[in-house]
Amino acid sequence: MHDTKIKQSAENERHTLTVLVDNEAGVLARVVGLFSGRGYNIESLTVAEVDPMARTSRITIVTSGTPEVIEQIESQLRRLVPTHAVTNWTSAKAGIEREMALIKVAGTGEKRVEALRMADAFRARPVDTTHASFVFEITGAPAKIDSFIELMRPLGLVDVSRTGVAAISRGPEAM
Amino acid sequence: MDMDDTLKDAVAAAESAQAMSGAQMVIRALKDQGVTHIFGYPGGAVLPIYDALFQVEGITHVLVRHEQGAVHAAEGYARSTGKPGVVLVTSGPGATNAVTGLTDALMDSIPLVVLTGQVPTHLIGTDAFQECDTVGITRPCTKNNWLVRHIGDLSRVLHEAFEIATTGRPGPVLVDIPKDVQFQTGSYLGPQSVHHRTYRPKTDPDLSSIVKAVEMMAAAKKPLFYTGGGIINSGPEASALLRELVDLTGFPVTSTLMGLGAFPASRPEWLGMLGMHGTWEANHAMHDCDVMICLGARFDDRCTGKVSSFSPKSKKIHLDIDASQINKIVRVDLPIVADATKALCEMVRFWKTQKHKVQGAALKEWWAQINQWRGKKSLSYRNSDSIIKPQHAIDRLYELTKHRSDVYVTTEVGQHQMWAAQRFHFNEPNHWMTSGGLGTMGYGLPAAVGVQIAHPDALVIDIAGEASVQMTMQEMSTAMQYELPIKIFILNNEYMGMVRQWQEILHGKRYSHSYSEALPDFVKMADAFGCVGLRADKPSELDGKIQEMLSVRRPVLFDCRVDPTENCYPMIPSGAAHNEMLLSPDDGGEISDAGKMLV
Repeated sequence: MHDTKIKQSAENERHTLTVLVDNEAGVLARVVGLFSGRGYNIESLTVAEVDPMARTSRITIVTSGTPEVIEQIESQLRRLVPTHAVTNWTSAKAGIEREMALIKVAGTGEKRVEALRMADAFRARPVDTTHASFVFEITGAPAKIDSFIELMRPLGLVDVSRTGVAAISRGPEAM
Repeated sequence: MDMDDTLKDAVAAAESAQAMSGAQMVIRALKDQGVTHIFGYPGGAVLPIYDALFQVEGITHVLVRHEQGAVHAAEGYARSTGKPGVVLVTSGPGATNAVTGLTDALMDSIPLVVLTGQVPTHLIGTDAFQECDTVGITRPCTKNNWLVRHIGDLSRVLHEAFEIATTGRPGPVLVDIPKDVQFQTGSYLGPQSVHHRTYRPKTDPDLSSIVKAVEMMAAAKKPLFYTGGGIINSGPEASALLRELVDLTGFPVTSTLMGLGAFPASRPEWLGMLGMHGTWEANHAMHDCDVMICLGARFDDRCTGKVSSFSPKSKKIHLDIDASQINKIVRVDLPIVADATKALCEMVRFWKTQKHKVQGAALKEWWAQINQWRGKKSLSYRNSDSIIKPQHAIDRLYELTKHRSDVYVTTEVGQHQMWAAQRFHFNEPNHWMTSGGLGTMGYGLPAAVGVQIAHPDALVIDIAGEASVQMTMQEMSTAMQYELPIKIFILNNEYMGMVRQWQEILHGKRYSHSYSEALPDFVKMADAFGCVGLRADKPSELDGKIQEMLSVRRPVLFDCRVDPTENCYPMIPSGAAHNEMLLSPDDGGEISDAGKMLV
C-alpha cells in the first residue's frame, strides 16, 4: 500500500527538459501556454530551429516542481501534437548543460583590475572594453554563471543578459 | 489526335479536376471525410465557403442562432453517433462565441472539427473588422489548431484536423482560414495522401501489463470496475467487451458521469454512479475495494472527493489512452496506456486463455457487504401529493419512456443534471449527453438539436433547469426551422438549484443572487417560438402532461414546476471522503474550512 496523494508530496526539484518540435507557427506559444495554463514554472527557456531541412526546433526549458509535477510536465509535453520527442536531462544524467551570459561591469581603479582578474579565473572573455567598463562573455553551467555574477556585484555589476540553458546528450547518440 | 495527346489531355483533366478554390477545397475535404451535417452561422469571413456549400449537394447545413449553439449541437451529434461534429463559423465574434463549446469538448474528449473564417492574410494583425487572434484564443481549448496562410497547406491541414480530432484521445480541433485563402486556387490532396509528421497516438496495450492486470483481478477479494467516458469514446465494442469482462468475473461496476450507459444500469452488477452525488454503495465500494480497475476515467475531483482518503486500500489498475492521465491525481500500481477496445479485448482473451478464476468465497462476502450498502437506498426521497418533487418528475419521465430503445437524454448543468444521472437509467452507450468536465449551463438544448439531427426518429429529451435553459434558449428557433421534435423538460424550481443548495449548506442560507427573478412564462415562450408549451403544477397531472409531450411530433417546452427547496442527495460534502457521505439534510455534517475553499 502506498500514499495515493500526489501533490505536495516532496521537495521541489530543478529539471532541464528538451522538447523537439515541428517548427510551425504558434508552437512556442503552445509549449509556453501549457506551462502558464497548468501553473508550472519556467526558470529559463531557449528555442531555435536546429534542422532547417526537417523543420524542427529545439526548446530547452529549466523548470522546477515535485517529482510528480515533473512527470506530469513531461507527459503533457509529449501529448502536444507537434512534439517529436521529450528528454529530461536531469533524470537521464547523461546530458551536458551549458549557458552563455554577457555581463557588464562598470568601474575604475582597483575594482576594475579585480573584475578582470576574476574574469580570467572564470575563463570569461572581455568582448567590449572602455576606460570605465567591461562586457564579459562567460559560458558554463548555470551555477558557475550565478557565482560569477555574485562576484561581480560588489565590483560594479550593471547589466546581465543570459541565454538560458542549452543541453545535449553525451556520447554518439542523438536525443 | 495521337496517343500522346490523349494521354496529356487525360492527365490535364485529372489535374484540373483537383485544382479548385480554397472554399471548394473545404467542402470537398468535408465530403471526403464522410461529413453529412455541419452546424454553422455565416458571416463576412466565411462567405466564400458558404457560397461553395450552396452549390454542392450531400451536406446538410444546420443554421443555429448563436455560435455556442453550433458547437454544442455538434457535440451532441458527435456523442450520439461516434462521428466527429463539424462547425462552420465566421471570424471575430463567430470564433469567440465558439470558445465555450470548444472548452467543453476538450474537457469531455469530444471529436469536433471547427472551421473559422479569418480576415484576409494582409489584414491579419491590423485590428481589422471582425478580426481576432482565433488560434491564440483557442490554443488552450483545442487539441490542436491551425491558421492556414497558404492555399497549398489547406487540404493537408483539413485532413490532419479530422485525423487528430478523431484518433487517440478525441478532442476538438480548429482550422482558421483567411478569406483570401478561400478565394485562391490550389490543388487538392485527398485524405489518403495525408499523414501527420509527428502525431502517432499509442493505442495498442503492452501485453505484459494486461497479463499483470488479469492476475491482479483474479487475486482480488474486493474488486471494483470504475469506468468512464473513455469506454464510450472508444466505440460500442468497448462497452460490449466491458459487459463480457463482467460476465466472466462478476465484479461490481460503477461509473463516472461521462461513462453512464457503457454498462447497463439494469444489470445486478451495476452500483450506480460514484462521486459527489453518487450512490452510497458505489462510493463505499470505492472506499473499501482492494483492486480498482479504472477503465477510461481520469480521477476527476467530483469522483474522488478528498484525494488523500480516496480508495486508500486498493491496488489500482488504470487504463487510459492518454499517458498524461496516468499518476496525474492518484498514483496507480499498474498503468495501461491504450485504446479501451484493444485493451479490454486482450483482458478478456487473457482471462479466458489463462483460465483465471475469481476468489469465489471472498467475492461472495464482498457482494454481501455491497448489498448491505444497497440497503441504505441512498437515492430515496420523501415524495409529496401536493408538490412535484424533482426526483419524482424524473422517475415518471423514465418510467413513461423506458419501453423505447431510442431515447437520448441531454442535460444542462446543476441539480437536475445530477438527478437525471442518478435516476434516468441507461443500458446502452451514446444515449446520454451531458457537460461533465466544464459543467456548461446551456449545453443541453443545443446538444439535443444535434442529437435529433443525427437521429431524426428518436426521442430526444433535454432534462433542463429553468436557469440553464435560458442561456441557449434561442436554439428553439433552430429546432423549429428543422422540425426537430426535441423535448425540453424543465425542472423549474425558480432557483439556480445547485448554487442555492451550496449556499444553504456552506453559506448560512444567504441565497445571494440564486433566485430566478422575472422568469419568462415558458408556455407563452413556446407559443412565441411556434412550438408546444406544457405546464405541470401538481403531481396528479404529471403523467398526463408527459404523455402529451411524448405524443406530439413537435418541439416541446415542458415547464415542470417542482419543489423549489429540494436538495440533491446523497452528497459528499466538499473536502470529505467517500465514506463520509450525507444521505439527507438531517445528516447535518460539518464542512471543514479547507472544504469550503473547494468548488
